[in-house]
Amino acid sequence: MAAVEIAGLSKTYNVGFWRKRPKCALKPLDLQVEEGEVFGFLGPNGAGKTTTLKLLMGLVFPTAGTARILGMAFDDPRVKAQIGYLPEQPYFYDYVTSRELLEYYARLSGVAGGERSHRIAEMLDRVGLRDSADLQLRKFSKGMLQRVGIAQAILHDPKVVFLDEPMSGLDPMGRREVRDLIEQLKHDGKTVFFSTHILSDAEALCDRVAVIHLGELRGVGAVAELTASVKGKVELVWRGNKVPQFFVSLGAESHISGDLVRAVIPEASLDAAIDALRRDRLQLISATPVRTPLEDYYLAQMKPAPAAAGVTA
Amino acid sequence: MSARRRVTIFATSLLVACMLASAFLLRWVDQLRTNATLEEVLYISSPKVLKRMSLGYDGLLADIYWTRAVQYFGGKHHAGASRYDLLAPLLEITTTLDPHLLVAYEFGSNFLAPAPPNGAGMPQRAIELAQFGIRNNPDDWHLYYDLGFIYYMELHDYAKAADAFARGSQVPNAHPFLKALAAQMAQHAGELQTARMMWSATYSTTTDASIRANAVAHLRALQVDEDVTNLENLVRFYQEKTGHFPASFAEMEAAGFLRGIPVDPLGQTYELKPDGRVQVRDPDDLPFIEKGLPPGYIPPKKPRFLPTDRN
Amino acid sequence: MNARIAHIASNTFREAVRDRVLYNLIAFALLMSGAAILVGQISIDIERLVVVNLGLTAVSLFGVVIAIFIGIGLVSKEIEKRTLYTVLSRPVRRWEFIVGKFLGLAGTLVVNTFFMAVGVFLALLYVSHHFQRADGWLLVALYFIILQFLIITALALLFSSFSTPLMSAVFAFALFVIGSFAEDLRGFAAMTHGLTRWLATAAAYLVPNFSALNIISSVAHEQAVAGRFILLNTGYALIYATMVLCGAVLIFERRNLK
Repeated sequence: MAAVEIAGLSKTYNVGFWRKRPKCALKPLDLQVEEGEVFGFLGPNGAGKTTTLKLLMGLVFPTAGTARILGMAFDDPRVKAQIGYLPEQPYFYDYVTSRELLEYYARLSGVAGGERSHRIAEMLDRVGLRDSADLQLRKFSKGMLQRVGIAQAILHDPKVVFLDEPMSGLDPMGRREVRDLIEQLKHDGKTVFFSTHILSDAEALCDRVAVIHLGELRGVGAVAELTASVKGKVELVWRGNKVPQFFVSLGAESHISGDLVRAVIPEASLDAAIDALRRDRLQLISATPVRTPLEDYYLAQMKPAPAAAGVTA
Repeated sequence: MSARRRVTIFATSLLVACMLASAFLLRWVDQLRTNATLEEVLYISSPKVLKRMSLGYDGLLADIYWTRAVQYFGGKHHAGASRYDLLAPLLEITTTLDPHLLVAYEFGSNFLAPAPPNGAGMPQRAIELAQFGIRNNPDDWHLYYDLGFIYYMELHDYAKAADAFARGSQVPNAHPFLKALAAQMAQHAGELQTARMMWSATYSTTTDASIRANAVAHLRALQVDEDVTNLENLVRFYQEKTGHFPASFAEMEAAGFLRGIPVDPLGQTYELKPDGRVQVRDPDDLPFIEKGLPPGYIPPKKPRFLPTDRN
Repeated sequence: MNARIAHIASNTFREAVRDRVLYNLIAFALLMSGAAILVGQISIDIERLVVVNLGLTAVSLFGVVIAIFIGIGLVSKEIEKRTLYTVLSRPVRRWEFIVGKFLGLAGTLVVNTFFMAVGVFLALLYVSHHFQRADGWLLVALYFIILQFLIITALALLFSSFSTPLMSAVFAFALFVIGSFAEDLRGFAAMTHGLTRWLATAAAYLVPNFSALNIISSVAHEQAVAGRFILLNTGYALIYATMVLCGAVLIFERRNLK
């Protein structure tokens, strides 16, 4: 069974006070997420990622279309007990401690009385907030709030977890922790649907991704599939001031500064290029990918004309 | 959507039901509390304190109390009350809050002074009210008129009335009749003509509908009193001349004593009694008359003004 | 369902209390003590009157201010700060949220009023040196003030569910003032004609009837309160608050939380 099935879900807002002009936040979206999958929802700011999540959560009402979560209609109240949600840049009540907050959420989610305190302690441990459990939330840093947010999202052991920009506001260590957490969730058999605009995270974590831009879905599929269509480039830096014939015949751009030469070549030609350099006894300093393959794919989707790669999965 | 729809339907029907129920309960509470808010004026021992507490919004508060005073009197008058205990405090509070609300003083002189059921029967307080008004509005001639009116109509103190009218006539832009009235007091106080002058003056200068209706009723009454007096004189004259009382006005008309059958200000013909008295046909329609009443007549509890009188 | 509403209510109560709302009691205590001492020294025969009038008026006004200032933020602040999103993603219905918020703030006000009532009675004891029979009616006056709070809270919540905090405060305060003259409004309406009469009467009946709930001066003058009147006012306040909450629920159910 698909964990999340979205069919034709769309949202158009009417903006303006006197004369209402329609503003399309999400064009009709068709998407499926399988159970146990980690699914990345990529797109720049304002693409429609948050709108999609809010529609699924019932915070915003769709203009058209429908969705099913775990086989039930998405607005069925029973669904809510099985899903967890972390909103973008979450904020919580000022004067409550994290323990009290999780207690509140646990009660609202119907977590049984006996289990509650145990579960809460476990969660606080898991997100690394055990020491701040009794501190009032108004004293928390952004990263700590993010962690509380994740804690409340998984507190009631939901089957599907929806995270809106879970890495935002976190330092590299925090991001590492969140990534580990998501991996753990996957290991526990949960379905994770998260939106982000940080591609390296998506590349590392996701089984499948979808790219959305200007409210429209531009592509869906496994990372490997999507990037197969895009050829990456590598930048080589070597010492010397000679550009071997190989590079010229490739038509690669090269640049000489001092006694270093830089040249950008297609990734596929990397091995041959390194051989060429060795033949000419030039010392290779570095070989760096210019952009990640996913980045290339992503940026390609950002162009006005919708990419041909991948439609409904 | 069905859960949401169910909530919508339930909430909407509950809202409508509650709206109707609350309106119904409101009527009930209002009945229970007819004068409760007004009676609170009895607790305001010092209008000056109220003025200070109103934080500068005394004008608005004065308007509210004024409207309450009008409604209070009108409602009770309509119900034929014999006591108007709250009228004086209401008017006093109104004028303390807004000493320039002239119509309040006028109302007081017309309805605070006369005896019940036509007024509260407190002429002394009415005088104090008018004097307070004059102190605060020394250049308004109406107030001198109001003061003189009370002295004349209720207290029959013609000297003080003349004094008030005279002072009023000194005020710039005073109405000319003030001078005339002052002069009239000296010679013809207590006479029908003077009363007629005053009621006409009130009628033509007031803007308040109740005061105007009251004035019209009084003018009609004066007319009736005059008519009855004249008619009875004529009847006696006829009796002296012919030795017997006339059987009807037609007889008197035929004998040349009358020109036409006499009618009262409402168009009803007067009745001629065998003993020579003249009576009005419908005394209930003519409040305030002193002549032409049937013997043993008790006026109704609710004085009747014609609807047209209020315009 | 009831459990969730209770949890939202207690969370609202806790937020209000920790937001130092109860500090207003300090101001109130100072006011009452100062007044009691002052009055006890300068005026004769009306100490009780002044203490009752001042005390009950202060309870009423402080409470209305709190009701409005917290009430207007009940929904809008949660939306603005996005605390609402994590609540609604759980098995909580939107209407449960509204009812819970209402009960939470109403509970806060009842607790606040309780402490203030103690203050008033203490001040009364200080100036009169003993309690009288008639002092019992003060409890009825306080009860009516609580009924007023229920209505104001519901109204503030209603406006909060669709309007900005500033506008909500203005509307709620305006309705409080107009409602205090509701009886006069109904009187005015009865004096008009035609279409104006229709509209004026409709408005006069829709406006909350605070004038009947304000019995401060009659209680100060030791007047008794009819039992039937207490019942009617209770019924009215509960029904009116319910009506307003229904409105709030209807609006909130439909609202897109952008």
